[in-house]
Amino acid sequence: MVEFSLPKNSKIGKGNKFPAPDGATNVRTFKVYRWSPDGDANPTLDTFDVDIDTCGPMVLDALNQIKDETDSTLTFRKSCREGVCGSCAMNIDGTNTLACTKPTSDVKGDVHIYPLPHLPVVKDLVGDLTNFYAQYASIGPWLRAETAAPPRRERLQSPEDRAKLDGMWECILCACCSTSCPSYWWNSDRFLGPATLLQSYRWIVDSRDEHTGERLDHLEDPYRLYRCHTILNCSATCPKGLNPAKSIAEIKKLMVERRS
Amino acid sequence: MTLKSPLGQARGMGSARKGADLWWLQRVTAVALIPLSIWLMASLVSLTGADHARFTEWVASPINAVALLLAISTSFYHFKVGMDVVIEDYVHSEGIKIASLLFTTFATVLVGAVCAFAVLKLAL
Repeated sequence: MVEFSLPKNSKIGKGNKFPAPDGATNVRTFKVYRWSPDGDANPTLDTFDVDIDTCGPMVLDALNQIKDETDSTLTFRKSCREGVCGSCAMNIDGTNTLACTKPTSDVKGDVHIYPLPHLPVVKDLVGDLTNFYAQYASIGPWLRAETAAPPRRERLQSPEDRAKLDGMWECILCACCSTSCPSYWWNSDRFLGPATLLQSYRWIVDSRDEHTGERLDHLEDPYRLYRCHTILNCSATCPKGLNPAKSIAEIKKLMVERRS
Repeated sequence: MTLKSPLGQARGMGSARKGADLWWLQRVTAVALIPLSIWLMASLVSLTGADHARFTEWVASPINAVALLLAISTSFYHFKVGMDVVIEDYVHSEGIKIASLLFTTFATVLVGAVCAFAVLKLAL
């Protein structure tokens, strides 16, 4: 059955408190989820007071400051620090987003930071995305065509056909949408989730791809596609402002269109 | 514990190649239920305070009887499809899931048949 409360070993306890350095004038409090696979301890919520005047404006800047100056064991993914790699996706102030593009000033009161919801936690803010990536691989996210490409040049695409990919090529696979979806929480073993379905639609509408039918066959399943109940958390949370729910609706439309 | 690869697990048993029919039928019945529900609610409101004889007379009229049968079949079918989805969403143990789906199907057909029989008994 679906679990509506946290299992015993996931209940979050009180953590350590790390005060701001002496002389700090502009202090914000960050409450950060901590869990280590070493030992049997339950997760905790550590409190870090950070002098905002001495670090950058984004939540990622504060996390970097904590890691550099207060607690080097704090673990989180990061890379590009400008919203194009998707590494620092986490749950900030109750919403899945990218720490590097989320200004601390957007959050009122204490800044609560948790890993992306309903993923097995590897450590602290790092979730296990193995299944997420495997599902992405399962849709064959590459151009599939039997017709040979023109010699010594690329396959051509009209500006109109190219425009159909807008709103999808921007997806950075940060997993904010999929891990915000209750349907994905309950059935991520079989439901592909918004990110993978958006990526699938990206290839379905690509004018250069010749496997549209096979791609639709692959998705026509009560779980893979139809577990989506248009809850729309995906579109509400996407840090890139994309609309995965629209892509899923378009796939459902094509499913009906091809049989009538 | 399994050593099956993540991709193997994600592919699972493959696509069932179904789901579009049920999804479409759920929408068709939802659309049909808009006028049927409005008609049913308006009729019941207009029958407020009616005695038994007046009510049976209303059910027995051919138009009302046909509309009632349509409302019964459409709403019970819509209910069954919706309940199936809810069960598939939340019940993960295969045994309990199959038992719940069977129970929903039988209960829906049974109650729907009783409702339809009641209308027919008065109308015919």
